[in-house]
Amino acid sequence: MNPGDSYRILPEIILTLTGVLVMLIDASLPRGWPRRSLGWVAAVGTTVALWSSLWQLSLPVGTGFYGTVETSPFTVFFHVLICGIVLVALLLALDTLPEDSHHQGEYYALVVFGAVGMCLMTSAVELLVVFIALEISSISTYILAGYRKETGQGPEAAIKYFLLGSFATGFLLYGIALIFGATGSTQVYEIAHALVVAPNGPALPLELAALCLMLVGILFKVSAAPFHVWTPDVYEGAPSPVVALMSTAPKAAAFALLLRVVYEVFPTLKSVWEPVLWIVAVLSMTVGNLAALRQQNVKRMLAYSSIAHAGYLLAAFAGIGSTGIAAAAFYIAAYAAMNVGIFAVVTVVSGYDEKLPLVKDFRGLLYRAPMLGSLLLFFLISLVGIPFTGGFFGKFYSFSAAVGGEAVWLAVIGLLNSGLASAYYLRLAFSCAQRPAEGDAPPESPRVGIALSAALFFAAAATLLLGIVPSEVLRASQTAAHTLRPPTEQQEMQPVTAKITPQP
Amino acid sequence: MNDSILTLILLTPLAGAVVVALLPDRGKLPAWIALLTSLVTFGFTLHLPAHFVQGQGGFQFEIDRLWIENPPIHYHVGVDGLSLWLVVLVGLLAPAGVVASWSAIKERRKLFYSLFLVQQTAMYGVFISLDLMVYYGFWELSLVPMAILIAMYGRKDGSRAATKFFLFTFVPSAPLLVAILWLYAKTGTFGFADLQADIATGALPVAGLSWAALAFLFAFAVKVPVFPLHGWLADTFNEAPVAMAMVVAGKLGLYSMLRFHVGLFPAQAKAFAPLMIALAGVGILYGACLALVQRDFWRLLAFAALGHLSLIVLGVYGLTFTGWDGAIYQILNNELIDAALFVLFGALELRYATSQIASYGGLAAKVPQLATLFVISSLAMIGLPMLNGFVGEFLILSSTFSGVSHGWAVVATVGVILSAAYMLWLVQRLFYGPQSQMASASTASDLRFGEQAILWPFAVLMLVMGMAPSLWITAIENRIGPVQVRTSAQIPGVALASRTAEGGQR
Repeated sequence: MNPGDSYRILPEIILTLTGVLVMLIDASLPRGWPRRSLGWVAAVGTTVALWSSLWQLSLPVGTGFYGTVETSPFTVFFHVLICGIVLVALLLALDTLPEDSHHQGEYYALVVFGAVGMCLMTSAVELLVVFIALEISSISTYILAGYRKETGQGPEAAIKYFLLGSFATGFLLYGIALIFGATGSTQVYEIAHALVVAPNGPALPLELAALCLMLVGILFKVSAAPFHVWTPDVYEGAPSPVVALMSTAPKAAAFALLLRVVYEVFPTLKSVWEPVLWIVAVLSMTVGNLAALRQQNVKRMLAYSSIAHAGYLLAAFAGIGSTGIAAAAFYIAAYAAMNVGIFAVVTVVSGYDEKLPLVKDFRGLLYRAPMLGSLLLFFLISLVGIPFTGGFFGKFYSFSAAVGGEAVWLAVIGLLNSGLASAYYLRLAFSCAQRPAEGDAPPESPRVGIALSAALFFAAAATLLLGIVPSEVLRASQTAAHTLRPPTEQQEMQPVTAKITPQP
Repeated sequence: MNDSILTLILLTPLAGAVVVALLPDRGKLPAWIALLTSLVTFGFTLHLPAHFVQGQGGFQFEIDRLWIENPPIHYHVGVDGLSLWLVVLVGLLAPAGVVASWSAIKERRKLFYSLFLVQQTAMYGVFISLDLMVYYGFWELSLVPMAILIAMYGRKDGSRAATKFFLFTFVPSAPLLVAILWLYAKTGTFGFADLQADIATGALPVAGLSWAALAFLFAFAVKVPVFPLHGWLADTFNEAPVAMAMVVAGKLGLYSMLRFHVGLFPAQAKAFAPLMIALAGVGILYGACLALVQRDFWRLLAFAALGHLSLIVLGVYGLTFTGWDGAIYQILNNELIDAALFVLFGALELRYATSQIASYGGLAAKVPQLATLFVISSLAMIGLPMLNGFVGEFLILSSTFSGVSHGWAVVATVGVILSAAYMLWLVQRLFYGPQSQMASASTASDLRFGEQAILWPFAVLMLVMGMAPSLWITAIENRIGPVQVRTSAQIPGVALASRTAEGGQR
């Protein structure tokens, strides 16, 4: 181990220290003192981690700690994304957690610890470290999901998530064990090398089984159908600021892991995982959208919508070479921006204790709170995928990759699905645009503080900028995509990225 | 100035929308700003015909900047004879829209006018974009303000009508996007001119091209609408605020057909032409017959529009040069007349709070100006010689007769006669005959200054366009025809291959 190695996990170190600091201060503050300032500590720590991750770009691309963690534009892309989401989620929680909650310190610390796990998940190139990172992130989210202990739904959500989640992690671990059996290593590049050297060796059944098991574990985390059943219940039971976080950041990390597994570990089995992901993509979109059409509860509806979005994203995996990776990375960023944004609005409107959970409760929002109403419309428009929003370019690149990879039908199904999806997004949008019902006492206008305004501003600005000037992020995602390739693979992979030539 | 004029036209309404959004929602302030913005933008659009060079091939006022590197999407705008007058038309209808909303929109004016102005930008964008992605962007964007405003200001059940409108037009644009992406995957470009040249080389797979052309056509046909895809039209006309309803149908879809279906896929358009002609023929009769039996004047106008738009579709898919001239000219006429009728119907509904034709009767004595203007617009609509409707209809009918088939020309002529029947009967029921109870009880006043200031110039324009159509048609003939292959693509295989190589490196 050389001393420079710790720079390779600098963001993780900073986040860990922040989390520990928050817990220590929380423990040493007298009982009954306000703990809101702890949220600011966590937010500052996350911001520093974000910058430190950007600084990592100046490090040479490579691995540290005996080849267990990697720094590359790919990891930086996801670190920045995750830290950004966590920052917005913290700001969101600052203004919406009830003042008298005495677990606030825990809340902030858990969010930050979760971020450590997610960041590590994207930078680890040793499957056991990946597993540990996944556990760190999952355990934090399990606890956060059950944060509203006073309601019946909170613990239910946490237990459901925990049981199904650990089961899925078991699959992942089993897959890692099998691939270790097949290749004798758990290091991503060594496995890839072993697979390339002996593509159709006697261990092929073992490799296939490993691939499938790992896919099950990861697809559960991104809530793709048919592993999506937990999503609506958990989203409904968890507090909205937590849902804003857990519907985006852990998914971003899990997609990064998926990209790493399919493109770096198993590029040789592309003919196997590509059709599997094709089917999962179509299933996720269709199941998610059809189920969302029937939902009356806003959070459940958005839960199904996030399943559908996982499907749109998976369409990018049909792309050729690095276009698919870049498209997937871009989609994650766009999806995160708009989804955090919409959950932020939902948090403010329904309140922490969710007095107004239904679509019809949003009626007249545009009249009661014009700013919030407009933002809700904006995020919904982005989720529908209307141009000049991040959501459009996400879909555009994803399906563009699919069409480029000759998966035209996938693109057709996907885009028709997004047409179908617009029906339920519009239901919410139009409910919010309708005149408030006569006679009802209008619900009190939501209070929007500085932290919350900042959170909403960041999410809206990101969604808008990704729709108007996507070039920067797109370039970053393309750079990231190019680094996601085992060095030994470079030559073998070249022909695959060959040009698309028009057929005569 | 010539370089930046189109950008200016595109951005002025958007800037106006931002100003409206930022200023307080006090009294008529948003309406005034919207009026000012639309007048200024209209002024800008007049720059185009004033500086349009006749006889010069290609697009004019062109500007081409790289927007996104990879995939290469260009901010590429320009106008030719096809889009020139349509841009001016959008500019002309915007103040009419503001005037029509002046008293009708009583609450949340700020939101209304900012979305109204965003809608203007989207429509300009559709007409001037020469990059398929940018075009698609504006095409989709134009749905949003429309849908929100229908939902917010619908007369009875706005949300339902808005959802119907949005789904009807959004779902078909999914195959459209896939077709655009497929073209990009095959050619490596989104540019209109490049694609036109590449398709003209015949190097693209034929089956794929047919599907792509069909996807384009389907999206446009819903938007026009063409029979039997008109399900959204009547509800939208019925529910939408007047300023929105007058721009929702017709020109966007028809322009797109001419530019991006007939213009981009001439061979496929030829294959689809018989079907489209048949649908147009059915649409003409169907629209006219249903218009005859409507009891609500918004629904009557909707089916009348279906009939008249079908006539234009007939002109487009007759695939004759005269037919296209007539179709383009008739788009202008139709939109102008429809806008006038929308303002007039809006004025009636504002004064008498009903759109049931049976409640009216004998209004001519009460509101003489309104009645006069209504009669002029109706006569223009049914194609009375000397008024503008005649010229377009005549060009379309004569080109159909000589260039397509006698049978369809006869069908279309029957439709024109039926349209005269329902319009004149409507005029009779609204303005003449015995005064209805409602009319005699009401003390409503005649047209206000704002309405007059819009409608009289419109009436004059109808007359001028009917007497001197060459003022417009000369410019219209300066358009990019469907079969024209650019000189740079003389050795098309090479051009195609080099761009494909760039595309392949994505």
